[in-house]
Amino acid sequence: MKWIKFLAFGAVVALLYGLLFAYEVDVIRLCKQGGWYVLFPISVAFVISYFHGAFTGMFWDLLGVKAKQSK
Amino acid sequence: MDASSLNFIDLSAANIAFLLFVGFVGGMVSGFIGSGGAFVLTPAMMSMGVPGIVAVASNICHKFPKALVGAIKRNKYGHVDVKLGLILGLSAEGGMLYGAGVQQGIKERLGDAGSNLYVSAAFVVVLAIVGTWVMVDAWNLHRRGTSGQEEQTTRLARWVHKVRWMGPRFYSHGAKAHIPWLITLPIGFATGMLAATIAVGGFVGVPAMHYVLGLPSMMASATELVIAFCMGLGGTIKFGWSGYVDVRLAMVILAGSLFGIQLGAIGTTYVKPFMVKVVMAAIMILVLFSRAFIIPVYLSELGWIAPMARDTSALLKQVSFAIMVAALVTGAVIVLGALIKGMREHAREQAVA
Repeated sequence: MKWIKFLAFGAVVALLYGLLFAYEVDVIRLCKQGGWYVLFPISVAFVISYFHGAFTGMFWDLLGVKAKQSK
Repeated sequence: MDASSLNFIDLSAANIAFLLFVGFVGGMVSGFIGSGGAFVLTPAMMSMGVPGIVAVASNICHKFPKALVGAIKRNKYGHVDVKLGLILGLSAEGGMLYGAGVQQGIKERLGDAGSNLYVSAAFVVVLAIVGTWVMVDAWNLHRRGTSGQEEQTTRLARWVHKVRWMGPRFYSHGAKAHIPWLITLPIGFATGMLAATIAVGGFVGVPAMHYVLGLPSMMASATELVIAFCMGLGGTIKFGWSGYVDVRLAMVILAGSLFGIQLGAIGTTYVKPFMVKVVMAAIMILVLFSRAFIIPVYLSELGWIAPMARDTSALLKQVSFAIMVAALVTGAVIVLGALIKGMREHAREQAVA
């Protein structure tokens, strides 16, 4: 189950980064617009950090690198 | 400057690999000491041809999601005082705006060299004072053989917890005491101003939360991530509003740094509290030397000292950058070493039990 979740999150992260670079020209155009378009890079950062943050956490967990205990 | 006139660079595979690596190492240090991992990213991006303002803006844009992920992770270990972090984050926003204004003013009056001199001088002065203080404290703990025990609350922090004439107070679960709102204002403001000046507000925020507000160093470093989130989000809005954020650059750095910040956060659960101080002091002292080497270059560019030969200037710049990279790598090596040692000891203890 852990592996399935890990692979699913990995696939979503790969897809998000793939889209970011596949539509590079549009991404740059939106970033340069400024004004309320600032919501675009902020949304991208939130979405990617959610999936990638969970993915990296599972990555270290599966490698056996886990926190010792709550302090 | 109009954003449409700026070039957002083509990202080659080599550039991406380099940013992933620097992001990973920087993230690891940030996860451990709360900040301090991002200061090489701006010069690293500029060395690839990214315009200065885009490098600063993209660096800030990768910080707030990184700090968020780090704060969530360390909150699970009970390290974060969210309320205090948000309160300090508010005044840090003010400090950041003011710091950015000061930077702008110096740049308009003295140009790039003046701005660089101001940043480097701020690095040297702040790091000399705070770095020495943290180093002496870590050394005293080690010498007295108390490095593994609970940290003592400083006399200053005990006074802050008792003082009544400063007006309304709030309860900080990190400090396990009431803290006057008023005392958080200069701390947050200074953290924000330093973040706007040298990109590492935690060099003031973490020691101030520990020595002045009385948080254990482990909690101070984790709570700094909340402040970094507030400042990063505010900074992204400010720069992004003018169209300076290259989200591709920010997300490439984030890809590496999220691996690093998780590892750094896990590392804090295996080390004695004084290790946070050791890593922070080591990085601070090395960065101090890095900036001290480059100050004569800017003084010469401003014509405040005799002109410097081009070769000498280039050499000093390279030495400065190399020491800065060494500072980051040193921090990462100490964190990794402490993590591996801690995990082995823990595994041995569990095997015996």
